[in-house]
Amino acid sequence: MNDLLVADSVSKSFGNFKALNEVSIAVPKGSIFGLLGPNGAGKTTLIRIINQITIPDEGKVQLDGQPLKPEHIRDIGYLPEERGLYKSMKVGEQALYLAQLKGMSKSEARSRLKYWFDKLDIGDWWNKKIQELSKGQAQKIQFVVTVLHRPKLLIFDEPFSGFDPINANLIKDEILQLRDEGATVIFSTHRMESVEELCDHIALIHKSNKILDGKLNDIKRQYRTNTFEVGLQSANSDSVIAEIKNKFEVLPATFKNLNDDIKLNVKIDESTSSNDLLSFLASKAEVNHFVEVIPTANDIFIQTVKNN
Amino acid sequence: MNHLPLIIKREYLTKVRNKSFIIMTFLSPLIMIALIAVVAYLSQLNNDKKRTITVLDESGYLKDVFQNTENTTYNNLEDFSLEEAVALVKKTEGYGLLYVEKVDSLNEVSDKIKFYSEETPSLSVISGIEGRIERRLKEMKLQKDGVSMAMIRNAETKINIVQENYEGKTSSKEGNIVKLIFGGLAGYLLFMFIIIYGNMIMRSVIEEKTSRIIEVIISSVKPVQLMLGKIIGTSLAGITQFAIWVVLGGVLMVVVGLILDIDLLAMQTQQLEVIQQSLETSGINKEVGEAIVAFQNLPILNLVIAFIFFFIGGYLLYSSLYAAIGAAVDNETDTQQFMLPILMPLILAVYVGVFTVIEDPHGTVSTVFSFIPLTSPVVMLMRIPFGVPPWQQILSLLLLIGTFMFAVWFAAKIYRVGILMYGKKPTYKELFKWLKY
Repeated sequence: MNDLLVADSVSKSFGNFKALNEVSIAVPKGSIFGLLGPNGAGKTTLIRIINQITIPDEGKVQLDGQPLKPEHIRDIGYLPEERGLYKSMKVGEQALYLAQLKGMSKSEARSRLKYWFDKLDIGDWWNKKIQELSKGQAQKIQFVVTVLHRPKLLIFDEPFSGFDPINANLIKDEILQLRDEGATVIFSTHRMESVEELCDHIALIHKSNKILDGKLNDIKRQYRTNTFEVGLQSANSDSVIAEIKNKFEVLPATFKNLNDDIKLNVKIDESTSSNDLLSFLASKAEVNHFVEVIPTANDIFIQTVKNN
Repeated sequence: MNHLPLIIKREYLTKVRNKSFIIMTFLSPLIMIALIAVVAYLSQLNNDKKRTITVLDESGYLKDVFQNTENTTYNNLEDFSLEEAVALVKKTEGYGLLYVEKVDSLNEVSDKIKFYSEETPSLSVISGIEGRIERRLKEMKLQKDGVSMAMIRNAETKINIVQENYEGKTSSKEGNIVKLIFGGLAGYLLFMFIIIYGNMIMRSVIEEKTSRIIEVIISSVKPVQLMLGKIIGTSLAGITQFAIWVVLGGVLMVVVGLILDIDLLAMQTQQLEVIQQSLETSGINKEVGEAIVAFQNLPILNLVIAFIFFFIGGYLLYSSLYAAIGAAVDNETDTQQFMLPILMPLILAVYVGVFTVIEDPHGTVSTVFSFIPLTSPVVMLMRIPFGVPPWQQILSLLLLIGTFMFAVWFAAKIYRVGILMYGKKPTYKELFKWLKY
């Protein structure tokens, strides 16, 4: 078993509304798994089912090879999108309470909290009330509480919302470090640039159905269009462009580069290799720029959602 | 995993440390005692007020009717005209003038009596005067028909029926009053407790919703556990507050009494006497004696056990409903539409308790309402001092426990769905749908 979490044909309806329709995902151990989808696609419902907040109508969920059971809440750390803490409770007291609810002993929770508070340099907040902290500060506390009990599975729903770029980076590094220490991360977001940065695997949920999943690189390969960004310099550019257009499919290109006369997106067919294209271009003009257009997660997201 | 003790502890500590809770705990008895002291002081002032009533009796029938009492002096005028008398009363700032017109016969007197005063006279003064005149006129009319005064005195009878049930237990009206006080106190205490702390539970559920911590919490504990923890923790805080109120209230009562020199206890016995007098009983010592006997005859053990069970059962039943309401809405203003169905049976219970149980503790209405679960805790607690067969108590309690379990199931369902629902105010129809999620 290499998958930490397996959801098998999970369905859930609320009245007449089907929130999830036979969704299956497999989250490999030690990966960062991006759970993507537009608003209202059913991501939160799936996450709540994994957290045993909601019970699925059909389908099974397994954690580490066992069907989900109440004891598993110790193994999961969940940072919901709708964040909040008891406003009038003191930071330290509240963190201890939440840690104990996750099954930690008080003394263990205290020493772990000290480690994290020192690490994030927030030790002097211990006796402050949440309402005295800023929103970002409160989110830091919530992050610590989520990861404190060293869960096998971490679920972050939009973890960076509300953070400034510096703190968002800090949290991103912590997430990567937790992954390196062996945790598996499910990461739900609309922010595709963080998906590119962090995720190894993704699943895309749209209108209650899973429409795409796999390794991010595999998916990108699957979505490659064999298109190359080309920047050329030549004395008689018009004839060069005409010759290229004659042989290949050419699209207008807008990439930033230093003084290239000719900027083109050139699409080649299956039988042509990139080397063929490059040597053809080199014979006509000076090649300054030659890059394969790799579809971004954003492109894939928009394209897939639109096609469905 | 059982997190219940942990949740109870947090709920309790949060409530007890809350500033407004602390202020209320210590301020409420102060305010209450201050109010009682002011009322007591004022009514004492009122009682001490001396009044002078001037009497101008032109008929001559009502001589010697009015004897001076502690607070009222009667001033009989003779050979004054009405105008002169009024002027005199005005000048001397007397309480008022009682005027009886000149009449031809005894039968006409009753229609010819007037009372003149600056302000509307107090009801008790007027009814006191009326009583005296009625008695005198009745005596005079009887005498005119040839009945002697001795015969009239002889005919006056006081009745005090001795009540005894088939097992030979006697009871008395005094005893009934004691029972009423005990039953009423128990029922009223439960009523207050439900309203105050039920609301507190509801608010704390809403707070968890609005602060959005709820999702973190229920990813660690079952909603039912959280709900029960809340109810129990808040109740314990409530019991603490109540205990402090009782102790503090008692101490303050004594202190204030000493300072203001008001015998509050005497005032209470005075009130008791008023009730008893209204029931036309006689002999104060006998009354007190009967009251003590009745107190000793109260089914104390039954009362205590029933109080504990019905109190807990009733309170938990209502508080789980309060928790469900808290879960169903986003903010306190939205709770109104759901409060009515909770408050209706509660208020109905108190009304039935106050009006019907006093009238007839074992009548159909009282009996039926002491079985209906939403009203049974209050009504049954009021009935028990009058002696309720054990099978009725047990049946009612079983019904209550059954309903309580259903209510917890129902509330937990609403709670589980509701705490994650934001934005819209649910209708009853939607709540019903939630049961099936």
